[in-house]
Amino acid sequence: MNDLKSGARAAEPAVDLEVARKHGLTEEEYGRILAILGRTPTYTELGVYSVMWSEHCSYKNSIAELKKLPRSGGRLLVDAGAENAGLVDIGGGYAIAFKIESHNHPSAVEPYQGAATGVGGIMRDIFTMGARPIAALNSLRFGSLESPRTKYLLKGIVKGIGDYGNSFGVPTVAGEIYFDKCYNENPLVNAMAVGIVRHDQAASAIAKGEGNIVLIVGSSTGRDGIHGATFASEEISEASEAKRPSVQVGDPFTEKLLLEATLEAIATGVVIGIQDMGAAGISCSTSEMSAKGNSGMTIELSRVPAREKEMTAYELMLSESQERMLLVVKPEHTQIVEKIFQKWDLQCQAIGKVHSDGFLRVTMHGVNVATMPAETLVLGGGAPVYHREFTEPSYLKSTRSYDLKTIKEPNDYTGVLYKLLEAPNICSRRWVTRQYDSMVRTNTVGLDFGDAAVIRLKELQKAIAVKTDCNSRYVYLNPYVGAQIAVAESARNVVCVGAKPLAITNCLNFGNPYKPEIFWQFRESIRGIADACRALETPVTGGNVSFYNENPDGPIYPTPVIGMLGEIENMDHITDAAFKAEGDEIYLLGETKGHIGGSEYLSLIHGLAVGDAPAIDLKAERSVQDTVLRLIHAGLVKSAHDVSDGGLAIALAECCLATVQTGRPLGARIQVKAGIRNDHFLFGEDQSRIVISVAEGNGDQIDRACSQANVPVQRIGTVRGTRLEINEVVNAGVEEMAQRFNESLEKQLI
Amino acid sequence: MPALTFGIVVFPGSNCDHDAQYALGTVCGQETRLLWHKETSLQGADVIILPGGFSYGDYLRCGAIARFSPIMKEVIAFANDGGTVIGICNGFQILCEAGLLPGVLLRNEQLRFSCSYVHLRVEQNTSRYTSACVPGEVLRIPIAHGDGNYFADAETLRTLEEKRRVLFRYCDPDGTVSGGANPNGSLRNIAGIMNEQGNVMGMMPHPERAVEALLGPTDGRKVLRSIIESVVVHGELTHSSLS
Repeated sequence: MNDLKSGARAAEPAVDLEVARKHGLTEEEYGRILAILGRTPTYTELGVYSVMWSEHCSYKNSIAELKKLPRSGGRLLVDAGAENAGLVDIGGGYAIAFKIESHNHPSAVEPYQGAATGVGGIMRDIFTMGARPIAALNSLRFGSLESPRTKYLLKGIVKGIGDYGNSFGVPTVAGEIYFDKCYNENPLVNAMAVGIVRHDQAASAIAKGEGNIVLIVGSSTGRDGIHGATFASEEISEASEAKRPSVQVGDPFTEKLLLEATLEAIATGVVIGIQDMGAAGISCSTSEMSAKGNSGMTIELSRVPAREKEMTAYELMLSESQERMLLVVKPEHTQIVEKIFQKWDLQCQAIGKVHSDGFLRVTMHGVNVATMPAETLVLGGGAPVYHREFTEPSYLKSTRSYDLKTIKEPNDYTGVLYKLLEAPNICSRRWVTRQYDSMVRTNTVGLDFGDAAVIRLKELQKAIAVKTDCNSRYVYLNPYVGAQIAVAESARNVVCVGAKPLAITNCLNFGNPYKPEIFWQFRESIRGIADACRALETPVTGGNVSFYNENPDGPIYPTPVIGMLGEIENMDHITDAAFKAEGDEIYLLGETKGHIGGSEYLSLIHGLAVGDAPAIDLKAERSVQDTVLRLIHAGLVKSAHDVSDGGLAIALAECCLATVQTGRPLGARIQVKAGIRNDHFLFGEDQSRIVISVAEGNGDQIDRACSQANVPVQRIGTVRGTRLEINEVVNAGVEEMAQRFNESLEKQLI
Repeated sequence: MPALTFGIVVFPGSNCDHDAQYALGTVCGQETRLLWHKETSLQGADVIILPGGFSYGDYLRCGAIARFSPIMKEVIAFANDGGTVIGICNGFQILCEAGLLPGVLLRNEQLRFSCSYVHLRVEQNTSRYTSACVPGEVLRIPIAHGDGNYFADAETLRTLEEKRRVLFRYCDPDGTVSGGANPNGSLRNIAGIMNEQGNVMGMMPHPERAVEALLGPTDGRKVLRSIIESVVVHGELTHSSLS
């Protein structure tokens, strides 16, 4: 480690504890760097350690908890966190790569580029594994829709997602949008990507083989995004506006070229290892690939194609310029790879070599500027691991003790139904989703209101179902139960389109982990996800943690977003939510107790986020899901829809609304003994419930299957007419519901 | 009926090239060939498709750079020779930029990208792109574009109408051409046109996306079938049959 020439030190600013602090490192962490190196780090080294040990790259405050998740087994081909994305066997020699990632902080200060590069980053995670991206999803959270700032953020973020995905040529097929004032100034942008790869084409993010060549490909490196990872590891404040230069700038056109060139290069079989450059740029890709291969690298930074003049070593190492990849190939194979990138008009430049001694050595014009053991930089190696303090938040006392009996029962239930259909959290997202190309690649199965998106796999003549979910109000009121529900609901959604749930990816959005109440929310959520994933046999393939989601008014609701993958073996089993024919019988599986705590009804009509999250029994949930899937496989189910936000009334309304675009609107006549308050019956959000419709005369088979599986079931009505009538308390025209539902968001955005 | 060979040009940034190949090849049973934009030969293709996408990122005016791609010289010569050339979405924009079709595609009136199913009224069935349709027939086909707002000067529009070169117009489900049915502000609801000789056609909607019942409506097949049948059955002078 004595090969640092004095020249490098002289050219760079001096380093001391104060400088380290300004880089977001603690005194303890700085001490750790001194101990590792046995000397004062150079300015470049300090920069590299600071980004690699940032929350964003090192998961230092979350990894101890994340290890409690079920992260292997089932159809998983790699354990969670081992590669850039999860890999799940889908049969026929193919695998699905998928992952979700946050881009919250950049989107809060620069919505368009923040969201666009969020999409770009997650796409690279997929194709760096050799997989061709086949679908994009996004899970978005915004503040109150009345605020002009929210409208500005929403329009920018939606345009950013659309422009990037549309140009890149991957269909954006599903997602969620929720509004709550807790996300004021701190929107959440979680982007998910799904890709397909043949097992024997899957690439790994590894550097190995003494003397092998390290290539940088794609865009040139500029000063954009320096310290983006560090920025993402702080709370949002007024000063955040000044961090706008930390936000990267996206170029979907170059990304599209990079995709084609990368897949072509991987297909030649000469690529030993490959990793995309996202957070922490060259620092991250060089150190992680080295550490994974128990090797090291020497990198000469002057060879990195730069788009700006006189970039320093520090800047080159920390730049988060987009659309770049790092490849390792044997010296005799460099030409093959160079030729492919040339064809796509992309740069391909050798910048270093692999060594087996484990050191990452960085030079600039031959002068050494950094020498660090690669393994000390990375998660699972020398990066710090913290066990944070946790304590149950005090707000739970008041939310739980709220007397829900004091809620006044409404007089006009049809009116409440209309209000809910127009609510920002329930109304049609058409204004947004039409800005996304949802059909490119011609695999998106056209569903009339599916609970999840269905993507046909041309390679296999089968399909997958994908969905993201998280009701963060539930998680706020009860993190353990709310997190279980996020998993259960996403599984229920893919079941409703006829898919068997296989595995999840998660994006854990929380406040500042140094606050014990926040960390308690995080721990409890992990416990909930873990239990639900075990019960539903859907292991965690990987994901992302985003802490420090706070604004001056406080933290966001804890928001552990779940991305679920399901498999449809037989495409005849694809099911949607639309009622199909007059006279079909409507069944409700699961039990209705009338839980209104944490419900959309309580929030929208009464302005309250109180009570407990709905109870969930994972065994009962599993039985309901298995039973519905069995009935779908038996060809008995004509429509299936999960009961969630807005309760049974909204679920039934949606089954009717889904028929409108077919040109033959259908209503329903529901007659069932409620036995509880009407508002609890109509709008309560009890879990583990699914509404199905079946042909007249098939009811016996439904009853039999449910009784065998111990699943509560009720025949609640018939598909009939063009109005939704429920127990003489609701009577709403389907066309009128459709108008309110479809036009609400657009009206509120103008 | 011998299969035609469709040459599908791949510009950097094309992203509906594989979709066109799948629809014409796997679904319609024709021969397909992807032609890299740097190539200088059309490799014996009978019909040339300029597919959808964002050639060169559409960072300049849509299609403005792609028209300078090396292969465009060959495509223009092929068209001038009477060869059938079809531009879909970005391909339509490129054909306008290349001067093979009149007019231009402006930013959508509402200034937003729009992906949705639209209804198209088939204006005539004497072209090789609509021969399998009935005049006045309504097709349901998706659009996905940010710049599909067709514009041309009054003189050009008059000629297009007079010579019945407007092939498709955005309409209501019952075939009424209305302002409400216009998804992007196109003049006279124009969704697709052809050149004077009838061998070059451009349309903003994506027929290649509407060929399988699994995914949705299959009306796109009527457009593709028209092309497949006309070019062979009616013995149109294709480039390959000339040589």
